[in-house]
Amino acid sequence: MASTVEGMMKQAFDWAMIALNAPFAGAVVFGVHIGGHYVAEGLLVVVIIFLLLQKSYKPPKKPLTEKEVDELCEDWVPESLIPPITEEVKFEPSVLESAAGPHTIVNGKDVVNFASANYLGLVGHEKLMESCTAALEKYGVGSCGPRGFYGTIDVHLDCEERVAKFIGTPDSILYSYGISTMFSAIPAFCKKGDVIVADDGVHWGIQNGLHLSRSTVVYFKHNDMESLERALEKITRENKRASKIRRYIVVEAIYQNSGQIAPLDVIIRLKEKFRFRVLLDESNSFGVLGSSGRGLTEHYGVPVDKIDIITASMGHALATDGGFCTGSVRVVDHQRLSSSGYVFSASLPPYLASAAISAIDILEENPQLLRKLRENVALLWKDHWSFTHFVLFVVYIIVLMVVHMQMLKEDYVFVMVSKRSTLDKCNLPVGVKLFVSASHSESNLLKVSDSLNRVSKLILANL
Amino acid sequence: MIIITYIQTYFSYGLIAFLGVIRDLFRLFLEFLNSTNDHGYAPICPRFDDFYIRRLYLRIQDCFNRPIASAPDAWFDVVERCSNDNNKTLKRITKVSKCLNLASYNYLGFASADEYCTPRVIESLKKFSPSTCSTRVDGGTTILHTELEECVAKFVGKPASIVFGMGFVTNSAILPVLVGEGGLIVSDKLNHRSIIYGCSASGATVRIFEHNTPSHLEEVLREEIAEGQPRTHKPWKKIIVVLEGIYSMEGELCKLPEIITVCKKYKAYTYLDEAHSIGAVGKTGRGVCELLGVNTADVDVMMGTFTKSFGSCGGYIAGSKKLIEYLKYTCPAHLYGTAISPPAAQQILSAIKVILGEDGSSRGAQKLTRIRENSNFFRSELQKLGFKVLGDNDSPVIPIMIYNPGKIPAFSRECLRQNVAVVIVGFPATVLPLARARICISASHTREDLMKGLEVINRVGDLVGMKYLPAEPKKQHRVKLE
Repeated sequence: MASTVEGMMKQAFDWAMIALNAPFAGAVVFGVHIGGHYVAEGLLVVVIIFLLLQKSYKPPKKPLTEKEVDELCEDWVPESLIPPITEEVKFEPSVLESAAGPHTIVNGKDVVNFASANYLGLVGHEKLMESCTAALEKYGVGSCGPRGFYGTIDVHLDCEERVAKFIGTPDSILYSYGISTMFSAIPAFCKKGDVIVADDGVHWGIQNGLHLSRSTVVYFKHNDMESLERALEKITRENKRASKIRRYIVVEAIYQNSGQIAPLDVIIRLKEKFRFRVLLDESNSFGVLGSSGRGLTEHYGVPVDKIDIITASMGHALATDGGFCTGSVRVVDHQRLSSSGYVFSASLPPYLASAAISAIDILEENPQLLRKLRENVALLWKDHWSFTHFVLFVVYIIVLMVVHMQMLKEDYVFVMVSKRSTLDKCNLPVGVKLFVSASHSESNLLKVSDSLNRVSKLILANL
Repeated sequence: MIIITYIQTYFSYGLIAFLGVIRDLFRLFLEFLNSTNDHGYAPICPRFDDFYIRRLYLRIQDCFNRPIASAPDAWFDVVERCSNDNNKTLKRITKVSKCLNLASYNYLGFASADEYCTPRVIESLKKFSPSTCSTRVDGGTTILHTELEECVAKFVGKPASIVFGMGFVTNSAILPVLVGEGGLIVSDKLNHRSIIYGCSASGATVRIFEHNTPSHLEEVLREEIAEGQPRTHKPWKKIIVVLEGIYSMEGELCKLPEIITVCKKYKAYTYLDEAHSIGAVGKTGRGVCELLGVNTADVDVMMGTFTKSFGSCGGYIAGSKKLIEYLKYTCPAHLYGTAISPPAAQQILSAIKVILGEDGSSRGAQKLTRIRENSNFFRSELQKLGFKVLGDNDSPVIPIMIYNPGKIPAFSRECLRQNVAVVIVGFPATVLPLARARICISASHTREDLMKGLEVINRVGDLVGMKYLPAEPKKQHRVKLE
């Protein structure tokens, strides 16, 4: 029995040896004779390599069971919807009982009003009232639809033409709210991949627009032209494809947060040197700067077509509401289809559009308003500061409210203090703001500067 | 039947796109021949990005942005325009045509001069002038504003409210204040652009749930709470679910009771945007909460606009006293935006008084009944005629499906020729194949106006081929009309 098994094994072994040593099993590669056993070794090497290349064993991921998810949901405790309100943010705004003209009534008493941006004194002007009344009787109050769906009323088109004619650009587009102008216009032109260089003191509307555009934003120091030049140089140097991507400089003509005027001539020089486009927000300078009120471009004598996009809110000098954006035909037409605040929102109420037309008419016919405004500002400043029409004293924020209330109660002067939202990234100092108007009289101005000096000395002495 | 429609629609779009591409090739060639020199500036509007606008939208541009020359009441004057360069630019001409207005958001008929509201509005105008030129926190709060906020809060059914000058800004400035990084916003698929802006400005993570599907919302909430924040898996700070009362492109009411139950179960906060439903639905006009029987205390933040039912402008947020106080101290729209124009505020106050019957007449109740009856009548008649109509009963927004891009301008132009003004909506406001005409019913439409509208739409629908469903037998239909 054993011998037959042995015999069979020997036979099998012999066959294997014959198979391995058979003529075809051996190969002649490059003159080297390869024996059959190399085949077996070769196969072994292949198996080893195969095993090495296998990924190591990972235990499979088990999804959470329904019961576990239920437990997690029960255990989760959300934060409260709003954080607790701290004392320092609290304030109660004063309630006006009459129109926000140079004088207004607060708490039954007549006060001098320096808190409204009524630069040309058009609040309460009879021509404005007449045109509004006529528009209200004809069109009602609201426009009941967005511009694309029968919300375009002929007064809107007239207003757009009037604004464009006044400034000297080919076309303009009307928005239904002041701050929505900038934060709708910027995302229409700036997308991901574009570069924007903005002043770090721009107001919240512009900051929101920059954030929504998802472009790369570089801030330069507030109104510092050297910092701007450095930023522009850095971007042009670092970006090899600089001429292919859209690059913008965003500045305000008169900064809402600090009252300073942007030096437009330097900006234009830099823009042309580095090939950037300029987006200018003229909310506080339209109807104020320039010999006929056309804004910063007239003030510096720069042709208006050098600025690519000009936006402005009409809630300041024009004493109405809403905003406009103006520029070349291409710029304006593009916004009619891609600007969210224009396409997806109801249009400006027609009476406000007709108020804007009347306000521009009044401005054109009465250039002495601008002269009066300038005289008033000069009187308040007596040639110490640069030409601005609102003024900032730097005082600590907690003290500001006290200053405001004392000036209101004791001297019957109504001024404004800057407030910052938690979402605002601006770091400029806060202070007391005065909006000077063409309709303020000399006595008003003397009263406010006396009051401010007196109260601030008193408060600062007690600190 | 519907498959054939889809095939036809896609084929039409494909054909237009193909022609557009050929024209673009020619343009590329011609531009290459006479290249403009931009002096090293990148073009402000990228040359070939706006293919849809240039090759599809411009062809039918005359159906949009039609100017009007009167108040957007039940009948209004549409200004005619002409084009010399094949629809690229349109110029106004002096001719106007009086048309039936089935397009404006004029749900309760306050769009034109009203016998109660307009004299009071003019009085406020004389007293407070068109603008306060100031923000609410500086010198812009007048007694009208405080009165308005109390009135709106009482009307909506919440302890307090805050009013803004524009509805779009309300949504986009409130959501970033309520939730920031580390929070989650779960938003309905078909929410309005202002909500999308607000969500993207907030910095929170945004998840979309299937339109009006509470079961999918529950799935999303369970998944997100279990997973936690992306990458760190820390628990979410808070979750806000954003939905609308009436969806303006679908005409549907939201499934509010079910969604509120889901949100309460998972401790998520709810934000309800009642832009189209406040004033238009509900027995006393108080919106979807009243209509669907939901307690207003169950909705954390209620938002709405005054443009549609109150004939004015602006938006509001209503909520608990603490919430409104917090918003008044921190919301950028309140701190930096101009106060709402005083005459507009007076219009809202007067309109609310009329709706509640506080002006001493029953006009408010009549308006509310009329709009409900008008919407239901119009919707049922259109369905009987064989049109595919979307939306729920009681909703004043009635979309009629068109699908095919060739039929879109045909419907609009033919209706205008027969003096009925309609709104057509296509991409990007809706999904590409689902173009539609959207009718907005008003309380100022009389039965005759609606019959005229139905007649014209019926005729044009036959001409254009929009009746995708079988009509009810004619004999029955004629009897009903008599």
